[in-house]
Amino acid sequence: MAPGTARAGGRRRARLQATAMAIVRFLVVVALTYLGLLAVTFFIGRVIPVDPVLAIVGDRAPTHVVERVREELGLNLPLYQQFLIYIGKALSGDFGTSVLTSNPVMADIRRVFPATLELATLGTLIGTVLGVPLGVLAAVRRGSFLDQIVRVIGLVGYSVPIFWLGLMALLVFYARLGWVEGPGRIDVVYEYTVTPLTGILLIDTAMQGEWEAFRNVFGHLILPASLLGYFSMAYISRMTRSFMLTELGQEYVVAARAKGLSEGKIIWRHALRNALVPLVTVIALSYATLLEGSVLTETVFSWPGLGLYITDSLQNADMNAVLGGTIVVGSVFIGLNLLSDLLYRVLDPRTRAR
Amino acid sequence: MSSTRMPINAVRNFLSRSLSRRALARGLVGATAAVLIASASPVALAATPKDTLVLAWAIDDIITLDPAESFEISAGEIMGNTYDRLVRFDVADPSKLYGDVAESWAVSEDGKTYTFKLKPGLKFASGNPLTAEDVAFSLQRAVKLDLAPAFILTQFGLSKDNVEQKVRKIDDLTVVLETDKAYAPTFVLNCLTANVAAIVDKKLVLEHEKDGDLGNGWLKTNYAGSGPMKIRDWRANEILALERNDNYYGEKAKLPRVIYRHVKESATQRLLLEKGDVDIARNLTPEDLAAVEKNADIAITSRPKGTIYYISLNQKHPILSKPEVREAMKWLVDYDAIGETLIKGIGKIHQTFLPMGLLGAIDEKPYKLDVAKAKELLEKAGLKDGFSITMDVRQTQPVAGIAEAVQRTFAQAGIKMEIIPGDGKQTLTKYRARNHDLYIGQWGADYWDPHTNADTFARNPDNSDNAASKPLAWRNAWDIPELTKKADAAVLERDEAKRVEMYAELQRDLLKTSPFIIIYQMVETAGVRKNVQDFVLGATSDSTYVFKVSKN
Repeated sequence: MAPGTARAGGRRRARLQATAMAIVRFLVVVALTYLGLLAVTFFIGRVIPVDPVLAIVGDRAPTHVVERVREELGLNLPLYQQFLIYIGKALSGDFGTSVLTSNPVMADIRRVFPATLELATLGTLIGTVLGVPLGVLAAVRRGSFLDQIVRVIGLVGYSVPIFWLGLMALLVFYARLGWVEGPGRIDVVYEYTVTPLTGILLIDTAMQGEWEAFRNVFGHLILPASLLGYFSMAYISRMTRSFMLTELGQEYVVAARAKGLSEGKIIWRHALRNALVPLVTVIALSYATLLEGSVLTETVFSWPGLGLYITDSLQNADMNAVLGGTIVVGSVFIGLNLLSDLLYRVLDPRTRAR
Repeated sequence: MSSTRMPINAVRNFLSRSLSRRALARGLVGATAAVLIASASPVALAATPKDTLVLAWAIDDIITLDPAESFEISAGEIMGNTYDRLVRFDVADPSKLYGDVAESWAVSEDGKTYTFKLKPGLKFASGNPLTAEDVAFSLQRAVKLDLAPAFILTQFGLSKDNVEQKVRKIDDLTVVLETDKAYAPTFVLNCLTANVAAIVDKKLVLEHEKDGDLGNGWLKTNYAGSGPMKIRDWRANEILALERNDNYYGEKAKLPRVIYRHVKESATQRLLLEKGDVDIARNLTPEDLAAVEKNADIAITSRPKGTIYYISLNQKHPILSKPEVREAMKWLVDYDAIGETLIKGIGKIHQTFLPMGLLGAIDEKPYKLDVAKAKELLEKAGLKDGFSITMDVRQTQPVAGIAEAVQRTFAQAGIKMEIIPGDGKQTLTKYRARNHDLYIGQWGADYWDPHTNADTFARNPDNSDNAASKPLAWRNAWDIPELTKKADAAVLERDEAKRVEMYAELQRDLLKTSPFIIIYQMVETAGVRKNVQDFVLGATSDSTYVFKVSKN
């Protein structure tokens, strides 16, 4: 064997080892993150001055029933013991039962998460498709009328309460103009014609060829999704603008101009390409925020999503449900983090080299 | 970015939900909505299916569909439409009873044995026959499970150990119930109208029994009844669907389907109703009611309920325990103003502890806002310059608004009241631990008999911190051995006229001396589209019968 190949093999082994180490380190970090997340949520949930037994038995139950249920739930045990029991069960895949819905927590989440996923995905799509070009244009024509408009749109998106905007949008587009469907995910007529497979109604209706129901679902979805899209657009366009301004001030842009490249090529091929790297994180973050579920939007649009589920559960100290929701939200953040890291590598050759 | 954002966000959402941002948004919405709707003429009307009644209602309080466990308002209505019981009360006159699955009943001479004869040929929705076996099993099951509403049955001396002897089948059509004392027959029968006495399908329930839970785990999300409707589907916080039960013994339901959609916000309910996407909206606020009233396609229907709203004074507090202070505070509430604004359409002023509609309720309202009189009383108590006090208030309307109104009128007599805002469960937790000064809350009748309220407002058998029973009188540390005896006597009085008189006396006693400032009786109101017929709100949650509704 030539000494060259031996060295190459050694290098490969070293790289494999490094990759393995990186994966292990990553898994440890993930595990610790989950543990920390659960611990914080668990203890916050237990210090809020709400008696969880109250949610189960109600205000009228006689004292002996209250005491019995408290014991059954293990609420008499010291906090750390309760936490250990929970972790132990969770590791074996048992996340407990929600007291508010009487269902296993994971069954509930399988039901509410697709509703939020559908809404957040469409919202992020709208926000990105509109926000990125708008931000680019605002940066290119800095100080122009267009820039001002984008700024105002962004400002409104930041400052107007989504609750108010949602109701206004319903009043105009649903009640008055009749262009879209009202609150809820689907009309009562179609409620039991579609069998839930994925829980994402657009996909379910399309798979079953229920095109009328598909149109109805889309009509229900478009308004809240546009609203969320508007808010994420406001954020994404502001960030795009500032990333683009940084890039446009770089020397390589001047060099490209001097080389005689067309302005279009400079902006879209070179500057935006570089701005995309941090932008990916911004978009992923904004997507993750939407996936947490927007409580106010879900309230106005009667959208049975994750945000309402977690909030209702927290208000009733329904800890199994809150912790289950936390795991999902944590996974979303970790997953999207990982995804944007991977995209970094694709977009930025320098990180690949390292 | 860090993943610990979530709990922080959840807490933030949680706060913003109950606090100012939302209230602010509401105000803005109200104003703008009024302008927009005034100028709006709805385009094409959406319509609900002709054979389906669609209701918008906040049904997030439902936590179980097992009648032996269910004790929540919206669940009550579902139980009332889907389960039969021995007797029911007349929706038109709630003090009258009629047989449901019982054809007739008799009370023994000594007043301790009740014998029920069942209607023949009854069937459950499952097709199983409904016999005395099922009736006895259902009552025994509720007592053995001993869940939140079980006390309605155990209060006549039934317990896990004796229930199989006390409630038993004689033959297929005869059931006997024995009580420990000779109670007023109205009391026992009234209790049997409650959901906890609903009849479940023994065979079906036991098929799903797990670890000796008498089918409770299964029945939480399933159905085993014989009522006019059956439960087809329940998705918590989303939808609840009922379907006609063709095996029902009586007149069949007019519509094959009834669907409850969970809609929390009044403004959203109003939009859906005006647009015709729901037939009935159940949680409209006074502002939205006023607006909907002007719509020619919508009618408003209302019914006084068995729930009263009150402020209570913790008697552990040295100042609040003075009789003069208790009385003075009753003179410091502007009942008229509250009635005309904050609770318009959703409540009416009421000052005694029995809501109208219950046997023996009296409608006396001696108190009105009288600052001079209150000041006089405070001076007598040595509190000429007033005092400072706190009130725990959950941040929902109309309770929060009433607390603010009371804060202003209290100030006129020198009482500085600080409002401690909180979430519903939070203030309740504090109240139940007797850690409040003043508390504002509500109490709904647990079953349709005056004893339900007398038991909590006028009885406190043991005022010690670890008492076995903790009624409202206990929560306010009001030690009342004499009144407790009177209330106990009233529930044993077998002469109905005398019983009524005893409750009248109790109510007058409490009006004068109690630490409860009773403010109003809840009125339930619904907006109903004009093509909906025979939608009548019941006096209790379980007597609103959607199966009687038709549409054209």
